[in-house]
Parts: sequence; structure tokens; C-alpha cells
Amino acid sequence: MSRKTYRQAINEALAQEMRRDPTVVFMGEDNVGGMGAPGEDDAWGGVLGVTKGLMPEFGRERCLDTPISESAFIGAAVGAAATGLRPVAELMFVDFMGVCLDQIFNQAAKFRYMFGGKAVTPVVIRTMYGAGFRAASQHSQCLYPIFTHIPGLKVVMPSSPYEAKGLMIQAIRDDDPVIFLEHKVLYDDEEEVPDDPYTLPFGEANLTREGNDVTLVTLGRMVKFCNEVADKLEGDGIRCSVIDLRTTSPLDEDTILENAEETGRVVIVDESNPRCNIATDISALIAQNAFDALKAPIKMVTAPHTPPPFAPELEDLYIPDQAKIEAAVREVAAH
Amino acid sequence: MTKTTDSQIVARFEIEHTRYLDEQGQPCGELPEVAGNADLLRDAYRTMVLTRRYDGKALNLQRTGQIGTYGSSLGQEAVGIGFASAMTARDVLAPTYREFSAQLWRGVSITELLLYWGGDERGSDYSGPREDFPICVPIATHCCHAVGAAYAMKLRGEERAVVCVLGDGASSKGDFYESLNAAGVWHLPVVFIVINNQWAISVPRKRQSAAQTLAQKAIAGGIPGEQVDGNDFLAVHDRTAAALSKARAGGGAHLIEALTYRMGDHTTADDASRYRDAAEVEAHRADDPIARLRTFLEGRGLWDAQAEEALLKDCDQRIDKALEEYLATPPQPVEVLFDYLYAELPEALAEQRQQLLRESGDG
Ligand SMILES: Cc1ncc(C[n+]2csc(CCOP(=O)(O)OP(=O)(O)O)c2C)c(N)n1
Ligand SMILES: [Mg+2]
Repeated sequence: MSRKTYRQAINEALAQEMRRDPTVVFMGEDNVGGMGAPGEDDAWGGVLGVTKGLMPEFGRERCLDTPISESAFIGAAVGAAATGLRPVAELMFVDFMGVCLDQIFNQAAKFRYMFGGKAVTPVVIRTMYGAGFRAASQHSQCLYPIFTHIPGLKVVMPSSPYEAKGLMIQAIRDDDPVIFLEHKVLYDDEEEVPDDPYTLPFGEANLTREGNDVTLVTLGRMVKFCNEVADKLEGDGIRCSVIDLRTTSPLDEDTILENAEETGRVVIVDESNPRCNIATDISALIAQNAFDALKAPIKMVTAPHTPPPFAPELEDLYIPDQAKIEAAVREVAAH
Repeated sequence: MTKTTDSQIVARFEIEHTRYLDEQGQPCGELPEVAGNADLLRDAYRTMVLTRRYDGKALNLQRTGQIGTYGSSLGQEAVGIGFASAMTARDVLAPTYREFSAQLWRGVSITELLLYWGGDERGSDYSGPREDFPICVPIATHCCHAVGAAYAMKLRGEERAVVCVLGDGASSKGDFYESLNAAGVWHLPVVFIVINNQWAISVPRKRQSAAQTLAQKAIAGGIPGEQVDGNDFLAVHDRTAAALSKARAGGGAHLIEALTYRMGDHTTADDASRYRDAAEVEAHRADDPIARLRTFLEGRGLWDAQAEEALLKDCDQRIDKALEEYLATPPQPVEVLFDYLYAELPEALAEQRQQLLRESGDG
């Protein structure tokens, strides 16, 4: 056990899996950097340094710098996965996924089904998402609802360093295509993380707080905010459960429904835009299956239906924060 | 004379075109090694004929509603059999919808082809070439998969290569250019075969690209490109064999543009007479790849009318038997909709699977 950042946790997961399994490789733009001259080699390690330090141990053949051709290298990762490798491809920002969606929606997600159940496509696509980095509209979106919509994909959103390591190792070992979304604001967060490899299961939500007044269902960076709000409101006598979904596909419906039935009051906190997102999806799930248990209308806390703004004041306003979450919890608790 | 500028040519490229047999099946010059391989030539001829017989049958099956929309390969048989016969069993094919000639050569069964075109996913689970990719309909997307498969081969240090086939229309797509570039920079064992059949649905070759040849598109990716007469089996086979042995030996990627002509409609959902001059089609009818090879074989005493008769009978028997198998295959059970989806079905979907079974009356 030692303190590790979110970035280090993912890096360590990659290193340990690459040591364990020679078929694990990674590729992406600037994932290594340099030409091989002393001092410049391995200079980058991806835009946020997640893969830094791996090339000297595993070599350039397994640590691939790619041309700026998302379709080619995401497609190549899919093709390599279908022929025996376990590639981890980094697509810098989830915002760029549009240029290679065919490879993800029509290829990776459909291989197993369309090839008569035969194909195994153990590819992991790592990507950064989320606002709060002053990176403007085309580098700050969430977009995970889009992947969640596609049968055949698994969609993972680690909320902390501990979660990131365990979920990444699971993603690499998983036999289905996985979209692994890293929140760019979390990279420097630090906590105790086991040194040995471990996995965290997909489709099993993590109850980070337990309380029987209000259920907070959330994911990614918002888990941290919800925990803070739960801790604060405990002092005021409002006890909250916080459910970290971990994966939106598969979705742990049981934990959500059981908890919602127990409290009867639900707030869903989702950083993405509010139409057809995780919050609406879970609202529908609860409305269909636990309607009778509800004591208050379900409340969603999300970004507004606008692009993430560049202007710092606007961006701060755009992101669901502790104050908005707290207000929503108080509202349903008072109902 | 004084020099006024400091310009000079720093690179120069040429595209070679290869043909060994002319339209009449007569040698144009010295023949390649494969011309002396009587067994291979006869096998190639047989599979070209089988392809054409199957093709005709499949068109009829579509018209009578027994399979879905279907794309014919009439007139392109020498390309598919030419490159497929240059591959080893361990090489990997990444095909599109029109290369079933190559798939038949590589051991995909006629039954599997019919299942595929009949809308049954099990038709893509080939009993023969287990590692070949199934048919890719999203145009040029599979070029990237071919690059990935070639990278996997290279990483494992295997002496194998990938053959990626695409059309003239596909050669306009970014995926294709990106794949050429990646295959060049990573020095991968992959051979791209661009089947230039002059049409991409209703768009003719000249509206597809202003490039003089499609082969030259390879040059910008740093890999060699060349052209062959796609109706000359000897040329397609010989040039692909050379490219593949180079690739397997670590010599990197290659591109071959095969010139041929799509004699049929794009698919059964198309009527090419709406946009294509009948005279153009007729002009190409005289240049038939199967007749070309047959003339050559007959000239060498390797084929005769008797052999032809026996072959046609054999082809029709095989096709009829496959058709029977296809028609007798029970429909896919409904649960495959979920069972083919993930390695293990997520719990939340198990309920949906049960519901589907109940609704279908099986649950
Ligand atoms: C990405 C994509 N765009 C468009 C289509 C529709 N489409 C199907 S076949 C075709 C023409 C392809 O022409 P070509 O590559 O020359 O192959 P050919 O049909 O001649 O064998 C088009 C545009 C598609 N399947 N995928
Ligand atoms: Mg074409």
C-alpha cells in the first residue's frame, strides 16, 4: 500500500498487466515521444503523462507512438484485439471520438455479435473526459452516454486512484471492448492504493456512503463531490447513501433499486448534458421499477444542455458542484 | 548559362503495370513461374468457374426471395482467385462483400456464404479460415483492422501477412489513407489489393479520384504501389505472391491496384442501366477473365471440353448441396441476440433475454 495519484494508478495497472501478459500493448498519439536520442526519449507519455516511463521497460514495439490518425489506430487496435493481442489505445480526448466512431460503434461493438459469437475483441480505449480544465467546448465534454447506448461496449468511469487501478486491470483482462474514461481533473488526486495487482468488478456499484434518508447515484468525478455533500449533511441530520456506479454498461440496477426503495428519495448527479444521459436513464429505471417506494420526485443534477464554456466563470457555473448537489438533496429531503 | 534558381527534383516515382496474358489468352512475353504450375492453374480455373456458377445461382435466390440483397462479382473472378491463391493458409484475409471468390478458395463454404447473404450471423463464423476477418460492409473501415492484425503478427515475430482488399471507391476514404500511412511507418506485413472495377455504385472511377492511378496512393504512405491487369490471373497471382513473400520476410507493406470491370449491377438493389452506358458494358464483355485463362490452359493441353463439362456438373452439384444445407438450417434461436453480445452476459441484460424468450414463446 502506498499513496498514488490517479495517473500513477493507471500507469501501474498498465505496467503490471504488460509484465504479466506479453499480448498487452498500448498505442496512441504522443504516448512515448522522441526519436530515441538520450534525454528526449519517452518525453511525453501521452498528453497527461499516463504512459510515461513504460517504454524503457517494454520497448517501442509494445509502446506505440501512432500517426495522427484516430481511425487507423483505433481500428488497428480493434483488429489486433481480434487477432490475439490486448491493446490499450489512448484517444487523447473523448471529444475526438467522432472521427473514429465507425470503428467503435460498427466494428468493435459488433464484432462478436455479427461474427456469429466467435470474435473476441479485448480492446481497451482509454480517453479523457470532463470539464474543469479550462479547455473549452471541444476538449471538455463527457459523452459517456453515447457509448452506454451501444450494445456490445462496456463503459467504465473510475472515480478515484484506487478505483482506477482495479478497474483498469479488469478492463485489460476483460474479453469485450471497454471504453475507459478518465476524468482529466482527477489525475493528480492521491490516495492509498495497493501495490499488488487487483481487479474491481464491472456492473457492481460501490456504496461509498450509507444512509437511509436520501440516495445519491453518481459516477466519475461527481462521486467525490457527493461524498463531501453526504459528509456535510450528516451533521445536519440528513443521512445519504452514495452509489458510485463505476460502470454505466453494464449497469448495477439491483443496487440502485434496492437503495432507492429503502430511502424513497433519489438525487442523480451526472456531469454530462441532461438529455438522454445517465441521469435520465436511471430516473427511468427507478420510475419503472420503484415508483411506489418514492416519497419525492427524482431530482437530477447535471450540466445544462449547452457546450462546456471556455470562460472560467461560465465553466465553473456549468459543472455540477457541491452547492448544487446539496441544494438538491435538501429539496428532496424536505419533500 | 547562369542558374537562376536552386530547384531540383528530390524524388521521382513510377507505377508499373503488369500483364502476362492478353485479352485472347495469348502470352505477351516471358511468363512468370506460376504459369508452369499446372495443378494450381487448373484449381484456380475451377474455383473461378465455381464462383461464377454460385454467383448466378445467388442472383436467382435473391430474385426468388431466398436470400437478401446480393452483390455479384461477375467479371472480377481472376482478381479474387489470383490473390487468394498466392496466400498461405496462415495469412489472413480482410475482405469486403465482393470477394467471395477468394473466400471460396480459402475454404469458406458455399453454405456459409448463403447463410451470410440470407441474414444469418452464423454464416460469418467460418469453419475453414478461422482467422480470416468476415465481410466488412462499412467501406474501407477494415483497412485499419488489417493494419492491427499485421502489427500483431509482426509483434509475435510470425512469418505471415495480411491481405486487405478494397474497391476503387474505398480508396477515397480517410481510413484507407490512414492505414497506408500507418502500415508504412510501422513497416507492417500487409498487402492492400485495390480492386478497381471502374464503378462505386453509380460513381465512375474518374469521378472518384483525379489521381492518374490508384496505385500511386501508396507512394505518399512510403510503400510501393503497382498496377496489374486484374483479368489476368497470372499477373494478379504473380505480383501478389511477390508482395506477400516480401511482406512475410519483413520487407513491409505493398499496394496492388487490379484493373477490372464490374459486369453486374452494384447489388440486387441497384439497376446499373440507369447510369451506365450499355456500350461500355458490352465492350468489356469481350474481355472475360475466365475465358482468358481457359484459352491459355487449352493451348497448353491442360483443359478441354470434357473437363469443362465435368467441372460444370461438379460445381452445380456442390451448389445444390449447399443450397439444401442452407435451406435446411434452422433459424437462429432468439437468445443469440444476447448470447453473441458479450463474453458473459451482464446481469441487467439477463432479464431482457428472458423477456425476449417469453415473448418468442420459448421461455
Ligand atoms: C462508410 C460507408 N460509406 C458508404 C457506404 C455505402 N456503399 C456501399 S458499397 C459503396 C461503393 C463502394 O465502391 P467500391 O469501393 O468501388 O467497391 P465495389 O462495390 O465496386 O466493389 C458505397 C458507397 C458504406 N457501405 N460504407
Ligand atoms: Mg468499385
